[in-house]
Amino acid sequence: MSEPILTLTGVSKTFPGVRALQNVSLALRPGSVTALIGENGAGKSTIVKILTGIYTPTEGEIRVAGEPKSFASPRDAWAAGIAAIHQETVMFDELSVAENIFMGHMPVGAGRLVDWSEMRAKAAALLKRIDAEIPPEFKLKRLSVAQKHLVEIARALSHEAQVVIMDEPTAALSANEIDDLFRIVAQLKAEGRAVVFISHKFDEIFRIADDFVCLRDGDKVGEGPLSDVTEPQLVRMMVGRPVDQVFPKRDVPIGGVALSVRDLSNATEFADVSFDLRKGEILGLYGLVGAGRTEAMQGLFGITPLTRGSVTLEGKPLSIRSPADAIHAGISYVPEDRQEQGAVLSLGIRENVTLANLVKHVRGLFLSRPSEQDETRRLGRRLAVKAANWEQRLGELSGGNQQKVVIAKWLATRPKVIILDEPTKGIDIGSKAAVHDFIGELAGDGLAVILISSELPEVMGLADRILVMKEGRVVDEFQRGKWSAEAIVGAATGARKEAA
Amino acid sequence: MNAPISPPPETRYTVLDAPRRGIRDVLMRWEVILVILLAATTVVNTMVSPYFLDVFNLADATFNFSEKAIIALAMALLILVRQIDLSVAAIVALAAMGIGYAAEAGFGPGALFAVGIGIGLACGVFNGLLVTGAGLPAIVVTIGTMSLFRGLTQVVLGDQAKTKYPQEFLDLGQSYFIKMKETGISWLFVPPVPLSFLIFLVLAVLFGIVLHKTATGRKLFAIGSNPIAARFSGIPVDRLTFLLFMVSGILSGLAAALLTARLGSMRSNIAIGWELDIVTMVILGGVSIAGGVGSILGVVLAVFVLGLVTFGMSLNNIPGQVVSVYIGALLIAVIAIPRIVDRLGLRKPAG
Repeated sequence: MSEPILTLTGVSKTFPGVRALQNVSLALRPGSVTALIGENGAGKSTIVKILTGIYTPTEGEIRVAGEPKSFASPRDAWAAGIAAIHQETVMFDELSVAENIFMGHMPVGAGRLVDWSEMRAKAAALLKRIDAEIPPEFKLKRLSVAQKHLVEIARALSHEAQVVIMDEPTAALSANEIDDLFRIVAQLKAEGRAVVFISHKFDEIFRIADDFVCLRDGDKVGEGPLSDVTEPQLVRMMVGRPVDQVFPKRDVPIGGVALSVRDLSNATEFADVSFDLRKGEILGLYGLVGAGRTEAMQGLFGITPLTRGSVTLEGKPLSIRSPADAIHAGISYVPEDRQEQGAVLSLGIRENVTLANLVKHVRGLFLSRPSEQDETRRLGRRLAVKAANWEQRLGELSGGNQQKVVIAKWLATRPKVIILDEPTKGIDIGSKAAVHDFIGELAGDGLAVILISSELPEVMGLADRILVMKEGRVVDEFQRGKWSAEAIVGAATGARKEAA
Repeated sequence: MNAPISPPPETRYTVLDAPRRGIRDVLMRWEVILVILLAATTVVNTMVSPYFLDVFNLADATFNFSEKAIIALAMALLILVRQIDLSVAAIVALAAMGIGYAAEAGFGPGALFAVGIGIGLACGVFNGLLVTGAGLPAIVVTIGTMSLFRGLTQVVLGDQAKTKYPQEFLDLGQSYFIKMKETGISWLFVPPVPLSFLIFLVLAVLFGIVLHKTATGRKLFAIGSNPIAARFSGIPVDRLTFLLFMVSGILSGLAAALLTARLGSMRSNIAIGWELDIVTMVILGGVSIAGGVGSILGVVLAVFVLGLVTFGMSLNNIPGQVVSVYIGALLIAVIAIPRIVDRLGLRKPAG
C-alpha cells in the first residue's frame, strides 16, 4: 500500500465549552476515496475546516507527504495541495467560469496585467479534462449546481491539488449529474489523488469510496475498508445504538374533521386546493419541487396572499391574513428553510422556543423568565435537544438540534394543526429518526398533521393519506395500504396523462 | 435510503439553564467597557480642570446633549431592527418652525409642545409609510425626507428667525426642574436637574424596560436578528417598524420643543448635523448596525461619555473641531478594540 499523502495524528479541536474533535487520527492515501461519515455535529465539518486552514487544531499534527504542516489560512492549505468542494458552492456568481477557476492565481502577462486569453485557454483545457462542456467565459450564475461543482473541481485541478475534499457534493444533484460526478471522482482517483467524500447517502458511499472513517460526537469510532462492513453496521457505528424498524407507524385513532380547506387559490402559485384533515391524522403532501405545496401551505398560514378560498377549523370559519392570525387560530407551520425562516440563529434556545407564543409568558407587563425557562426545559427535553445550556445561541447547535428547537417553538403555541415542511431536510440520521418518531407522537396526541416531504419513503412511512400536487393543483389522493410508490410518483410527474 | 434506527436515548446529558460565566465574559461586556471609559473621562477631566466636578456645571452640561439623547433612544430601537432614521434633525427643524409660528399666533407652552410633537408624529408616519408600506429601504427614504423636511423649512423661513415665545415656554427650557432651595431640607442633597435631562432619564428607564423586560422588546430583538423568521413566528414586523418610525418622529418633535425653549430662537439651520451625532451615540452604545444586538444601558452610558468628553474639552477651551476629531477616534477605537481582542482569541468566538 502506498504511503499516505496526508495524515492527521491525535488532532483535537475545542471551543470554549464545546469539544468538537477529540484525538482523531486518519491517513489519506493517493488513489483512494475515503468516506467521512457521521451524524451532523459528529465533527466532519470540523475536520474539513482543519484540513482547509479555516480552523487551527487545538492539539495534534498534520503531515502532508510526511512533512509537518500548520495551516494559518486557507491559502496555506491550497499551497499544500488540499482543495475542498463545498456543499453550497462558495464562488463568485457575477464572475466568469475562468475567473472563478483562477481566482487568487490568475495568469499574468506583461505589466502584471491578467492574461485573459491564456486564462481562458487554460480554463478550457481544465474543463475538458473532466469532460465538462462549460464555456469558460460564461458567468457563474448561469450554471446549474452540478456545473458549479465541476467548476470547483476544475479549480482544484488548477492548483494541482493532491487531496480533494467533497463535502456532500451530491446534495442538490440529479441522478445523471451524480453519475457524471462519480466518473470524475474515479478519474481523480486514477490520477493518484486522494479524495475525501462526505455524504449522508449510503448507496453513494458504497458505490464510490474505498475506505471509511466514522465519527461520533467528535471521536473516531471506526475506520477501515468499506468492503469489511455492511450498511447496518455503519449506521450502528454512527448513532451508537442498535438498528430497528424503519418509520414505525403508530396506530392512532383518527378523530373528527379538524381542518377543512376549500378552493385555496393564489394568483400564480396554486389553485383550487381543497382537503379535509382529521384529528390524529397525518396527511402527506407529495409532489415535485415547485409543485406549489409550500406556497399553498404558506397561503394557509397567512404568508402568501390568497385570491380565493376558505378555511374552517373545528367548524369555525377562519379569516387568516397573517401568521399571527394562523397561530391564534391554532395552526402552526414549521418552514422548510430552517436557517432563514425557522430559526433565529443569533438568539438563544429559550428565546427561540418562546418566540411564537410570548403572550403566554407575560405576567402583568413583563416577560417572566422562570415561565420561559420552564417551557424551554419541558419542550427541550421532550425533543431531546442537545445543548450546553438553554441560553446557548441557536447558531452554535447542529442542524438537527436547530430543527428540534424550531419544532419546539411551534409546539409551544399549542396548535391544533401543525404543518411540517420538509422537517428532516439536511439533518442527520439520528435527529431524523427522532423527528419521525415525534411526528407520530404528535398525531397520537390528537394533533392534525400535514407533512410536506420530497422523500417518498418518509411520506409513505408516516402518512395516513397522501395528496399529490402538481403545477399548483391537487392531482391525486391515495389512502394508506392502497398506494404504490410508482402510482404516487406517476401522479406527481404526470406520467399518466400529460397536460400538454 | 434512510437507515433504520431508533431515537436517541432520552437524556445522557444535562442541559444547564444558563451558561457558567467566567470573569472574562463579564469584563468583556460592552457596558463594562463604557463604564471604564466614563470613569477615565471623569478622572482625566477632574485632573485637568477644577471646575469639572461641580454639580452646577455638570447639570448645565446636560443641556448640550439631552435633546439629542432623547432622539437617540428611538434611533437605538430603529437601528436594532435594522432600520435607521436620518431625517430626525430635519424633523426637529420642521417641528421647531411650527412651534415658532404657533408661538407668534399666541399659543401657550402646552400647545407649543403639542404642535412640536404633532409635526414630529406626522413626519414619522410619512417615513414609516414609505418604509413599510412601499417597502423602500429606510436609509434611502430618510435621506430623502431629510432633504425634504429641511428644505421645506428653508423655503418657508428663508434667513428669517423665529424669536417670539411666551415666557413660561422659555422658562421650561432654560431653568432647572428641581431647584436646590425648593427641596427645603438642607441636609438632603438633591442636584439641580434640567427638564430636558429629567425627560431623557425617565424615557431611558421606560425604553430600557420595554426593550429588555417586555414581549414587545423581545420581538424587536427577533426582528433585528432575523426579520423573516420573526414574520413566520407571527410577529407583526411591519407594524412594529412603522411604530418605531412614529416614535422617532414624536421624540424628534419633543426634542424640537425643548431645544426651541432653551435657545429662545430658531432658524432653518437649527439642529443641523444632529442625525450623525445621534447615530454616533447609538453605535458607541453598542447597538449593532447589523441589527439584533444592543442595550439601552449601553446607549445611556455612551450619551454620558460623549457628553462629558465634550463638556470637559469645552471647559479647557479646546475648539469644537478637536472635540470632533477626538470623538471620531474614540468611536473607531471602541468599535475596533473588541474585534481585535476577538482576533487575538481572548474572547469566545462569535457563532
